[in-house]
Parts: sequence; structure tokens; C-alpha cells
Amino acid sequence: MTRMHRTTPLVLLIVAVCLTSGCRKGATPAANLFPASSEVAGWTRAPEIRTFAPGQLSDYIDGDAEKYLKAGVKSTSTADYKYKDKIQVVVDVYTMSAPEGAKAIFDSEPAMEAQTPALGDASRLYSQSLIFRKGPYLVRIVAYEESLQLPQAMLELGHAMEKRLSR
Amino acid sequence: MTNASEKTRRDFLKECAIGALVAGAAPLSFADDKVLPPGANGAKSRVVIARDQSLYGASSTPDSARVLKLLDQAIQNLAESSDPVAPWKKIVRPGEVVGLKVNTIAGPGLSTHPILVEAICERLKQAGVKPGNIVVWDRYNWELERAGYTLSNDPNRVRFIGTDSKEVGYDENVLTYGVARTRLSNLLTRTCDCMINVPILKNHSGAGVTLAMKNMYGVNNNPDSLHPNNCCPGVADLNMLAPIRNKFRIIVGDAMTACFEGGPGYRPQYAWKYNGIMVATDPVAIDHTAWQIIEKKRAERGLQTLTAAGTPPNYIAVAADAQHRLGTNDPNRIALVEV
Repeated sequence: MTRMHRTTPLVLLIVAVCLTSGCRKGATPAANLFPASSEVAGWTRAPEIRTFAPGQLSDYIDGDAEKYLKAGVKSTSTADYKYKDKIQVVVDVYTMSAPEGAKAIFDSEPAMEAQTPALGDASRLYSQSLIFRKGPYLVRIVAYEESLQLPQAMLELGHAMEKRLSR
Repeated sequence: MTNASEKTRRDFLKECAIGALVAGAAPLSFADDKVLPPGANGAKSRVVIARDQSLYGASSTPDSARVLKLLDQAIQNLAESSDPVAPWKKIVRPGEVVGLKVNTIAGPGLSTHPILVEAICERLKQAGVKPGNIVVWDRYNWELERAGYTLSNDPNRVRFIGTDSKEVGYDENVLTYGVARTRLSNLLTRTCDCMINVPILKNHSGAGVTLAMKNMYGVNNNPDSLHPNNCCPGVADLNMLAPIRNKFRIIVGDAMTACFEGGPGYRPQYAWKYNGIMVATDPVAIDHTAWQIIEKKRAERGLQTLTAAGTPPNYIAVAADAQHRLGTNDPNRIALVEV
């Protein structure tokens, strides 16, 4: 068997893995975006991560999809978390084709009474949600209940995600 | 010889025709022992909003007893009835399979509350509907579950099921009206004899407002095709399709928590507790009323109007025009009752 013949199956395997996992130059695989359970104190992640291609985005966010498509969304991944085993939280990561896309979406949302902690390129923190952008990524953390500790806890989760986006 | 698909198509068309006859004979707005269509006999379209400022108390979920009471207040005012069960006997006929089309796209924060659905089911059962003849549904099982519903297709209990279930799917028949060219859920076309629309009051980043008519984007297989141009005339055209026009009898709108911006997803910073339930038989009148509520809240919070923001809910006026006649958006022809 020639050297080329020996390496062909390996190359094909790598290509197949890349295609099935959505691996692209400069893109982080969806599973790597989300901190695992207990990686951040108080947070537990459900095992399933859903990823939506641009053409499927309306299945997830209905008419909101149009706005993200115009801004150049390449993929959307979402995972469910629980804080202190009680509060249900959803984390969405929108991967845009360029940082301008993430900025366009971020800037389109009225800030209202948000705090603006140092996180990513820009962020807004509310009592039940955190949104930040980092390069081509837009991250949205939404909790379905309030608690006094929640804003700080979301911020800690946000920082853990920011580190992953920087890898 | 008739092949299976021809037979299915024929059965489907027959069902639509029967639906149209039933709708023509005993449709929507309350009178004597039945409901009449919006604007029938020159009557104003009645929209009732029942509110309870203590609905949530200190909890993050509404109080179930208060929700049932609020539902009764709303329905009894709509039907002008002193009995909480009697109106449901006019809405639903004995032996019918009743669908409750909820809206669960935004997760537990901004989906039709299971507590409201439980209250409606309670009254339906008291009105003589067998539990197994009540089907609570939406597009996807996972969305129903995320919104707090427990899936079940047990014929002896109230069923909770998504169109994406293997045993459901979309009807093979493509229906068309205007820009709507679509297939509808088998739960609407085949399983259920009549429908109760149980949407949630929200802003929508495309349509501007979503309550009754926009909730129908969860009954067809290609809602994304109807989103261009602020969903106009997509919403109005979709609502013209026979199974939707004929089977939906009443709207029980969940306005307990609503949002004035950022919809249809849940953005807690733009949500507020309106503490209400809205009921009507006229989908246009109730959507027009919903629009006014959202505009009022936007103004209070210093946001521009939906039109200025580029998301005018133009589909509401189109639904009322001479081609569609789905109801009225004329404030002079809407009797708004607040209790």
C-alpha cells in the first residue's frame, strides 16, 4: 500500500468528523461553547445542545429569525441550564459571520435600565437576563424566575462562556 | 377503484364542507343557545378583558384559583351568562373533539400558561366534554414540554401533543389563499372538530403584535414563508383557510404576562404583568385591542410606536378588509368590556 493510500482513510475520517460536527475554520463546535455542569458554581447544564442552521432558525425563534438572518447568522446553539437546581435558564449563542452582525443585533435592542458590566465587547445585565457580544458571537442568558443572587450568577456564567469563545 | 390518497382528499374536502355548514349555522358571538359570527346581526364585536392585580401575589406563577375565577369572569361577561359552565356548552357541542391551540414558542416565561389551560379544561369537562376529547397542541413536543406541559396521548386523559409527533404530521392537502400556500396540522384538519385559540399577548419583531391571528403560524408547515413584509398579508391570508375559519370558535388570550418589545421570544426586561385574560369571538377585534395595549405600554416605557419602529401590525386592517372580512378593526364596532 502506498503512503497516499494509507493516509486516505484518515483524511476522509477527519473530513467526515468536521462535516458532522459543524467544524469550520474559526468556528467553535457547539458543545464547546457551553460550560459543563458544575464548571461554574451553582449551574447545571442539561445534556442536550440544539443547533439550528440559518434555514431552520425560524423553527426556534419564529419571526425573530429574519432579523438574525439579515445580520448574517451562521448558526444558533441553545442549551438549558438550572441555577441551584431550581431556576430554569436558557442560554443561546448566535454565531454571526462577522462581529458587525453581533453588534447590529445588540444595538437593535433598547437598553432600558440595564447595567453594563465588563464582559465581552459589550454587555447588558438585567435582573433576569444577560446579553453580551464577543467578536462574531452574541450570547443571551435568560432566566424564567427572579432571585437576588441571579444577576451575579449569570455574570459568572457569562465570564465562563467568554473564556470559551476566546479559545 | 379509489386509491387511498384520493379517498383521503375527498374525506378532507367533505370535512371542510361540513365545517363550513356548521360554522354558518352556529358560529361565533353569543346568542340564545349558540355563538354567532363576528358582526352578525349588526352587533358590535365584544372583547372582554378581565384583570386581577393580585393574580401572581408574591409568586412567579399565577394563582390557579384566581385564574379560574378570572376565566369565568371573562367568559361570563362575553356570553352575558350568570353561570360559568353554560357558555362552554354553547361553544362546544356534545361528542366533539376540542383542540386548544396554545403558543409555546417562548418557553415558560412567555408561553400560554398551563394553569390557564387547566382552567379551560376544567370548564370543558364540566360542560360534558370527555377528557380524551380535549387535545392541547402546538407545533413541537419539545416546545410544549419546555413551556411546562407534560406530553400525553392517552385517549382517556386530556391529550398534550405536538404536530411533530410521529402519529400526527401535516395534512397532505396544500391549501391556498393569497400568499398562503400551505399544509395544516392534522390535529386541526382531522383530529379536532372545533378549536379554542389560546394565544399569548406579545410584541413580535416582524408582525408588531401577536395574539389571535398570528398564533395560526403554529398550525401550518411553512410559517417562515409568511413572515415577509411584517407578516402582511400573510397572517390575514392564512386565517382565510377553511379549516381555520370554520373550526376556531373562540379566543381565550393569555395576557397574564405580556411583552411590549423583543417578542416573540422571552426577554424578561421587556415583559410585564398585565394580569389579564382576554376573550372574544372576533379575532380581528381582539388583535386590534391587543395592539392598543402594547402601544400604551411602549409609550409608558418611552419606546416609539410600532409603526415608527418599522413593525406596523398592518395585517390587522387587511384581515378586516372587504376581501377578508375576518372581523372588525373599527373601534366604533368593538364593544370593549373591562372587568
